[in-house]
Amino acid sequence: MENMLLGLEMLARWDVVLALFVGSIGGVVIGAIPGVGPAVAIAILLPATFSLDPIVGLTMLLGIYGSSMYGGAIPAILINTPGTAVNALTSYDGYPMTQAGEGHRALSLAYSASFWGGIFGIGCLILLSPVLALIAPMFGSREIFLAAMLGIILVILAHRGQIFAAGLLAMFGIFLQTVGLDAVTYTQRYTFGYSFLTSGINLIVVVLGLFALSQAFFLLTAPDSSPDAKPVKGRMSVGLRELMKHKRVATVASGFGVILGMIPGTGEFTAQFMSYTYAQKTSKDPDKFGKGSPEGLIASEAANNAVPAAAMIPLLALGIPGEALTAMMLSVFYVHNVIPGPQLFQNNIDLVYGLYFALILLNVIVMVFLLFSTNLLTKIIRVPTRFLGVMILILSFVGVYSLRNSLTDCMISAGFGVLGLILKRLNLPIVPIILGMVLGGIMEVKLRSALPRLKTPFDMIDRPIAFIIFTLIVIVLALHIRTLIKEVRAHQPEEDHDMHDSQTR
Amino acid sequence: MSRIKTLQSLFKRYRRPGDIVFAWALLILSVFLLTQIYDQTAYRSGGKLFAQPRFWPALSLIGMTVFAAFHVLGSLWSERIEGRWREVLMWVASLEYAVWFIAYAALVPYGGYLPTTVIFAVILALRVGYRSTLMLGAAAISAVCIVVLFKTILKVNLPSGLIYEALPDGLRQIMLTYF
Repeated sequence: MENMLLGLEMLARWDVVLALFVGSIGGVVIGAIPGVGPAVAIAILLPATFSLDPIVGLTMLLGIYGSSMYGGAIPAILINTPGTAVNALTSYDGYPMTQAGEGHRALSLAYSASFWGGIFGIGCLILLSPVLALIAPMFGSREIFLAAMLGIILVILAHRGQIFAAGLLAMFGIFLQTVGLDAVTYTQRYTFGYSFLTSGINLIVVVLGLFALSQAFFLLTAPDSSPDAKPVKGRMSVGLRELMKHKRVATVASGFGVILGMIPGTGEFTAQFMSYTYAQKTSKDPDKFGKGSPEGLIASEAANNAVPAAAMIPLLALGIPGEALTAMMLSVFYVHNVIPGPQLFQNNIDLVYGLYFALILLNVIVMVFLLFSTNLLTKIIRVPTRFLGVMILILSFVGVYSLRNSLTDCMISAGFGVLGLILKRLNLPIVPIILGMVLGGIMEVKLRSALPRLKTPFDMIDRPIAFIIFTLIVIVLALHIRTLIKEVRAHQPEEDHDMHDSQTR
Repeated sequence: MSRIKTLQSLFKRYRRPGDIVFAWALLILSVFLLTQIYDQTAYRSGGKLFAQPRFWPALSLIGMTVFAAFHVLGSLWSERIEGRWREVLMWVASLEYAVWFIAYAALVPYGGYLPTTVIFAVILALRVGYRSTLMLGAAAISAVCIVVLFKTILKVNLPSGLIYEALPDGLRQIMLTYF
């Protein structure tokens, strides 16, 4: 209880409150503009937050992360163009509703479901905290190594239909983080004699290239367009009442969001697809799905908004990010010398509670903001795409250059920008590179520190948690092989067209 | 035979034009990097295998090569999609904007953050096809807002230009600090 009060006290500062407002409202706007997603915004703002207090910087980034999906629902519903990648499923049912003249109902339902999912996620986070504080100290080097390995395996396997590409890119990420001077033996690795490679390839430079610059290049090379959304009429609060009729779907969908958000490597996409399928299977009117079913809309929005809070669990408790956005936030912790992991719950529990409350407040702020300003947002999203490209380019410079004032960084980042553009155009995933870099680094460090205590390979899994994670790895791999065998026998491999057709934002 | 066909169909995947070019390029890169492993990493005699500085680069590069090889196989066994070289040209075209970005970054320390950003925004807006005063004005104003937000208010670590040195005393100090 005392810790909770300390957490609240952390938020009671004008700069934190300001960061919360800027982050949450900025996040909604960024999410609503098709062409800029939270990843672009967080990548650009990341270096700027390094000079702020950890709680201020984190609140702002968390605000963008948690609120962008609310905004992303607007273009998904009104013009069939998801504002952020994870709103893809929202457009399946949202847009048919708009075509049927129910745009207002769809939007208010999406906001309500998002709010439900968001608050449910935070509720779980708060309830789980005492358990986490108990379990987290049981995670030593071996356990964290295995959890990171599970994350890598899951991020590869989660890209069904693109497993080789995802594996290739994840391995590339692991390789990238090894470049430079090895911190333990002081030997050079893949520097090819260039001094600028000695200090390694900076994660933020790569992130800015792959997410921000690539997006600028993508928009600048594509034909100019300007999304045109029609304003909607009516009160936005009606959705809450309708949501109450579908409490079961909303709660189960949020549950999927929480569980998959906690597991590294899975996240919003899988959560959405699973809850959408669940909603369809249990619905009284399954044929309406894809043609304007309120349940489908609720399932997708509640699931994706429950993820941010849940994704904070592995990040805060173990220091393991589950996807690209939390991987970026991890660097904010590192810059301020706050190392997420078991010690965080013992030494900085007030920061953890502060972040929880920030998440609750952010959902409330966003909800209130959206109730009044949806029509204003339909005007803002009309920014022409190439103009947006020019702005992203200028903003990316702030991010890359402020890091170390290095022109070389700008060049490396531009190189990754071109790589990111190619990946986006080929619809190949970018996230495995980032997770490969972050989790690869964690695996290397943790394996090294675990080694002195290992006499035989079996010592790696002789502790309960390590054994459980190892079993999970085996199960995940076995299940995957089983699906493959089934596909061979069924003579029809499952083709995956839509699930990852979403690398363009 | 039918078993082989089924296996082939397992490797087929949904893809876009240019996929095979990318697949080959990455396979070549992976193999090249792997061949450099002895030159570019060290091996400490007597140390444990897992603690070797060579271990992680080797593991990741072997993984990269294997995955890249399968990726190429997947591309080869899927039906050919027309338009791969048009797509590659598109990638090459994006290099132009990479050059714009690097040129901008190279000019800021000389031209000053504010002037370079405004000029860059307007020229790039012209380059991508905007001609109306409204759009060009919007580009310039947005550029000023970005400078004020990051350099003046947030005091982000960005260079002030050599060009400011030529300004009169009072103004120079202000420009060097805030713009």
